[in-house]
Amino acid sequence: MDLPRYHRLRRSYYRLEGQRCRACGTIQFPSQASCRACRSRQLDAHLLTGRGSVYSYAQVGQPPQGFAGPYVVAMVQLEEGIRITAQLTDVEPDEVVVGMPVEMVVRRIREYGAHGYLVYGYKFRPLLAAGARA
Amino acid sequence: MMRDVYIVGVGQTPVGEHWDLGLRELGRSAVEDALADARIEAVDALYAGNMLGGAVNGQENVATLLADAAGLLPAEAWKVEAACASGAAAVRAAAMAVASGAQEIAVAVGVEKMTDASSAAVSAALATAADQDYESSHGLSFVSLSALLMRRYMHETEQPREAFAPFAMLAHQNAAANPRAMFREPISAEAFATCALVADPIGILDAAPVCDGAAAVVLCSKDTVRAHHKPIRISGSAVASDTISLAARPDILNLRSAGRSASRAFAAAGCNPEDIDLFEAHDAFTIITALSLEACGFAKRSDVLKRAAEGQFSRTGLLPISTFGGLKARGHPVGASGAYQIVEAVLQLRGEAGLNQVRPARRALTQSIGGHGSIAVAHVLEA
Repeated sequence: MDLPRYHRLRRSYYRLEGQRCRACGTIQFPSQASCRACRSRQLDAHLLTGRGSVYSYAQVGQPPQGFAGPYVVAMVQLEEGIRITAQLTDVEPDEVVVGMPVEMVVRRIREYGAHGYLVYGYKFRPLLAAGARA
Repeated sequence: MMRDVYIVGVGQTPVGEHWDLGLRELGRSAVEDALADARIEAVDALYAGNMLGGAVNGQENVATLLADAAGLLPAEAWKVEAACASGAAAVRAAAMAVASGAQEIAVAVGVEKMTDASSAAVSAALATAADQDYESSHGLSFVSLSALLMRRYMHETEQPREAFAPFAMLAHQNAAANPRAMFREPISAEAFATCALVADPIGILDAAPVCDGAAAVVLCSKDTVRAHHKPIRISGSAVASDTISLAARPDILNLRSAGRSASRAFAAAGCNPEDIDLFEAHDAFTIITALSLEACGFAKRSDVLKRAAEGQFSRTGLLPISTFGGLKARGHPVGASGAYQIVEAVLQLRGEAGLNQVRPARRALTQSIGGHGSIAVAHVLEA
């Protein structure tokens, strides 16, 4: 069981927290010890907007152990210019296209058996129209 | 390299579902065949390439397992793990050991036993080569990461999935005459177009199979090469790495590690892509074949699929690839594949490839890619 790992990852999994470099302004996700662009270690926590568009996507027909399929995974290009891979949710597989606007939501990612714990984290869903959001 | 290194023995098991053979038997068989081929009985070191021993077989410490099984104790023996490039990395470890003078004779073996676990367990085990925290734990299987590459490639080039068929077809065609290949029957373009999709857009005929196998090579310095040997020199050996997460790369379709490992190997060998007579490519998925041909400088984005359709990468083409069926049709026992590629290139350069022989070949490139290009291992071999 890797419960401590998910606890360690909670800031990125639950709220898409990355970093902004004080030296060069680069925003990065996931967090790490130094800036990917300039190697500065002066980094501040930075919340990503969670909005972006589908850069590429695929259907998983044979899920790995611990996952129930089929489901759709995507590489999402975020507004900040960063890419991230995750599952898509609230969408039919044949509705997904490259360029589709999406937003981050927190959902159940996997479970460890009937009596095990649940892992929550980010997924992406089609961006709701402004009127539907209220 | 400090001194020249030669391959003087090769061995390989058939690739397939070996229900009666485990890691121990497969690895021992390949090592013993390679030693018999070299007519050498003892080695100073054994380097074992293996990816899934811990995750699938519950067996780590695979190198000592095989040294013990093959009667090579008390030789130096340890495992090399570089995801799907483990077998090639083991050959590089052996080459460095001999080149440095630390060892005189070394055997490198790649071994994988994948059919001991369910397909879901194997899928989870293969995904450990990706970024566990930011890819695998989100349900990204190894196949689906390749599918992200293929979808993006199709989007940018406006090519349909069917345009990748020639790579799978040539692999099956080349495997037909290889008695050790897993899939020896040819496939049609129509079968490719209509096959089941395992991770849309990747179909079952885009992908290499889950299977078992082992391949081994014996390496030594010039002083140990004997008159009965047909020595093949390792003139270039190189490894390059890239971000473990696909999303972190500026251009996901540029397999930088593949490009860098090849250019470093070419530089060491003093040659260029056009000097290569055959290329054992990492064709685990058709998209990876295309991307590696581009990365190594053999083709351009604009013409690689067209050239494949014209037969330029077939056995009689300009640059034969995957000459014994490749990962796709010979089979892809992951940690063993890099060693199979080198065994096959040696057979080609010796002129002992039988029905699979390409026209007289002097120089071959082999390239093994792990973790969607987070690591790549390249070797230039010369007759």
